[in-house]
Amino acid sequence: MSRDSQTLTLGLVALGGAAGASARHAVGGALPGLWGTLAANGSGSLLLGFLLYEALRTDRLGDRTRTLLATGVLSSYTTYSTFIVETTRAEPLVGAAYLFGSYALGFGAALVGRDFAARVDPREGREVRA
Amino acid sequence: MIATAAVALGGAVVALASVATLATVPDPALVALGGAVGAVARHLLGSAVDRDAFPLGTLTVNVLGSFLLGLLVFWPVGGDALLLAGTGACGAFTTFSSFSVSTVRLWERGDRGRAALFVAGNTLLAGAAVGLAAVVAAAAGPPGAA
Repeated sequence: MSRDSQTLTLGLVALGGAAGASARHAVGGALPGLWGTLAANGSGSLLLGFLLYEALRTDRLGDRTRTLLATGVLSSYTTYSTFIVETTRAEPLVGAAYLFGSYALGFGAALVGRDFAARVDPREGREVRA
Repeated sequence: MIATAAVALGGAVVALASVATLATVPDPALVALGGAVGAVARHLLGSAVDRDAFPLGTLTVNVLGSFLLGLLVFWPVGGDALLLAGTGACGAFTTFSSFSVSTVRLWERGDRGRAALFVAGNTLLAGAAVGLAAVVAAAAGPPGAA
């Protein structure tokens, strides 16, 4: 990778990271307590599942688009550190429910995203969503 | 490469968190700036250690970022510094979406043992890292007390 393209990649990741973290902060402001992190992690897992499976099915998404949206925006929009700190600080029962609920939601959302990608693109070829 | 990225992240977080004039910066800008730094650090460190067979990069950033956020929360650092280094940098440095999608990918391609190891590893190591951060923060005493 050339120096210029490396710089472009880092710029896209930084831009996406700023946007993703800001969106997560906004969701956290709109929903109280653990619900904000849960909503961001669930919706981000759904969108990343869709994006990556879409990229696997077709080559429609270019490398730069993936870098900006997947590595930059969606990975920053979701957070593991806040999730695990919240888990350890919660009451034990609440923490256990939050831990397993987050995992169930995250895995389920990634699967829904995967299936949505298959529905949008039932064949290998290009099929634009209506 | 890995060491450079880790040192760069740690240095950036400490430097950003220790800036005394953060109050003049609007909250959304603090979160956005921290998010940019955290995402770049994750990309550098993650792509250096990730493997095709196992998402070691995601595991590494999640454990390291959880330790750093634990330090900030338990020390405790509050207000603007927490927005910048915690919500922004550590929040963006770690990722739940990649964790979820990587787990599903491992599982459905038949690597179920690795999928379970990945989930258990993230949970137990990040949880332990937060516990360690609490101990280190307690030993260090409150900010400014030194």
